[in-house]
Amino acid sequence: MTDHNDVLLRVEALEAVYGGAVQALSGVDLTVRRAEIVALVGANGAGKTTLLRAISNLLPATRGQVTAGRITYDGRDVGRTRTDALVRAGLVGVLEGRHCFRALTVEENLIAGGLGRGSGRADLRADLEQVYALFPRLTQKRRLPAGLVSGGEQQMVAIGRALMGRPRLLVLDEPSMGLSPKVTAEIYRVLADLNRRQGLTLLIAEQSVTLALRHAHRSVVLENGRSVLEGGAETLRSRDDIKQYYLGPRAGAPAPERQPA
Amino acid sequence: MATALPLDLARPRRTGAAGILLLLALAYGLVPLLGTGYLFEAILTPFLALALAGLGLNLLTGYAGLLSLGSAAFMAVGAYAAFNLSLRLPGLPLPATILLAGLVAAAVGAVAGLPALRLRGFYLAVSTLAVQFFVAWALNRIGWLSNDSPSGIVAAPRLEVAGLSFDDARGRYLFSLTVVAVLTFLAWRLVRSPTGRNLVAIRDHETAARIVGVKVARTKLLAFALSSFIVGIAGVLWAFAYLRTVEPAGFNLDRSFQILFIVIIGGLGTLRGAFLGAGFIVVLPLVLSRLGAAALGDGFDSGTLEMVQRIVLGALIVAVLIREPAGLAALLDRALNHALRRVRPRS
Repeated sequence: MTDHNDVLLRVEALEAVYGGAVQALSGVDLTVRRAEIVALVGANGAGKTTLLRAISNLLPATRGQVTAGRITYDGRDVGRTRTDALVRAGLVGVLEGRHCFRALTVEENLIAGGLGRGSGRADLRADLEQVYALFPRLTQKRRLPAGLVSGGEQQMVAIGRALMGRPRLLVLDEPSMGLSPKVTAEIYRVLADLNRRQGLTLLIAEQSVTLALRHAHRSVVLENGRSVLEGGAETLRSRDDIKQYYLGPRAGAPAPERQPA
Repeated sequence: MATALPLDLARPRRTGAAGILLLLALAYGLVPLLGTGYLFEAILTPFLALALAGLGLNLLTGYAGLLSLGSAAFMAVGAYAAFNLSLRLPGLPLPATILLAGLVAAAVGAVAGLPALRLRGFYLAVSTLAVQFFVAWALNRIGWLSNDSPSGIVAAPRLEVAGLSFDDARGRYLFSLTVVAVLTFLAWRLVRSPTGRNLVAIRDHETAARIVGVKVARTKLLAFALSSFIVGIAGVLWAFAYLRTVEPAGFNLDRSFQILFIVIIGGLGTLRGAFLGAGFIVVLPLVLSRLGAAALGDGFDSGTLEMVQRIVLGALIVAVLIREPAGLAALLDRALNHALRRVRPRS
């Protein structure tokens, strides 16, 4: 795993501010290797969304700015590459809160993802079939405006739309937000499946640590805009302090203070 | 599965296509036979020019979600560009003049759209307001643009295409109708194309559009250019076919607001909305003056009419925005669906 070519995304000592004043990230290091699922874990306000926006070079559009450090995706300096060029290079994101184009139909939403990549008609058709095979529920809703389908289906549309861009690295911001456990499980099953079968690399920000650790190979913990821990999911799962902070005392072994010293 | 061409997702609307053909047949066949000079000059020609301007603004505001208060400025740019082209290049055929005038307006529109790369909503509206004032200033100050006419008012050239004269009232109506029909068809193609979808994507969620690979900056400038192209040609029709003079006062801020109201009342983000809204705006004063005259007799003069017109219009905009944000187009759709369900229950 030390092979340099294996690294698809590398974030080094990244710092970012909003509006020129609010420090959102102050030292984040992260690597994502090919065909790996990396979970980005952290509490509200830890900087997960900011980091993911920086990775898609979206910060300038939201009055943010990277002030130090760098992000390299597949040899490209992300800070100097426009978002649409990153998409064509295979780095596709899914925003927090499943943002669909409400007035466009489900299928038009999906097609938008393919057009962003520059797919031709044949590619679009093949990719559409693939997305419908992954999320069969969307097939019946394809003619409905995306604003009118359920929350879970909107998240499927958002993920499907990103998949239409044929990503090599798919970056997801809290795909489970506001969704029922059943829908969340379905979405994670599809994502894990894509990783296993097609070697799709995934970087997933998730508040629900249990969920993230169940599927991820490795995870990175973000705290106050800093990456404080990085390790295999197994290691993190068995560490008591992580459980204490993020999983809550009920999640695993008894909380440390109740343990005999 | 997915056998239909994904890019031609037009919801099957055979009734809509039949309706449009019927309208065109009426507009080209029956109306020229039966219409009076008054109908052509006072109602149909201004209706067509305003509807076209509304159509252009709707691409920008309704589809791409970019608010503009500078429509009249782009109309003025189109009108003055056409005037100067026909004055300085007399050999140029009229369709080419109109096309070039539209392109000039598109270029001005693209420049005026630059602030949209950074600004949104009200702030963008204010920056387009600056364009409105700048164009008015330039037309008054730069004498060359109005061929050094002291008042800035110039007579429009004759409407002639390939030896055919369109100079009488009916001819000017048919000329406008043709221009509007062609441009409406092109706009219809545009909104169903990937570019059209990108416009809606930017309106619905700009960051999401960015993250799926839409070139947001380019698409926004394109929206301004395409919209201004159409609005500019609407300005040519307004000046050449309706007023038959070109003057800056015809393209003031009131006109910009009028076009915005057309789009809002007619329905944002629908092509037919521009026609419904324009019809409403043109016919409303006529109806009001008839009603007023019937109710009040001679006391209903033009001053009262204008005041009543503004009050009714303002009240209607408020009512439309509250009751049906999608405008007359949505009301009409619902009425049609209702009627169709009665005719064919269970289908």
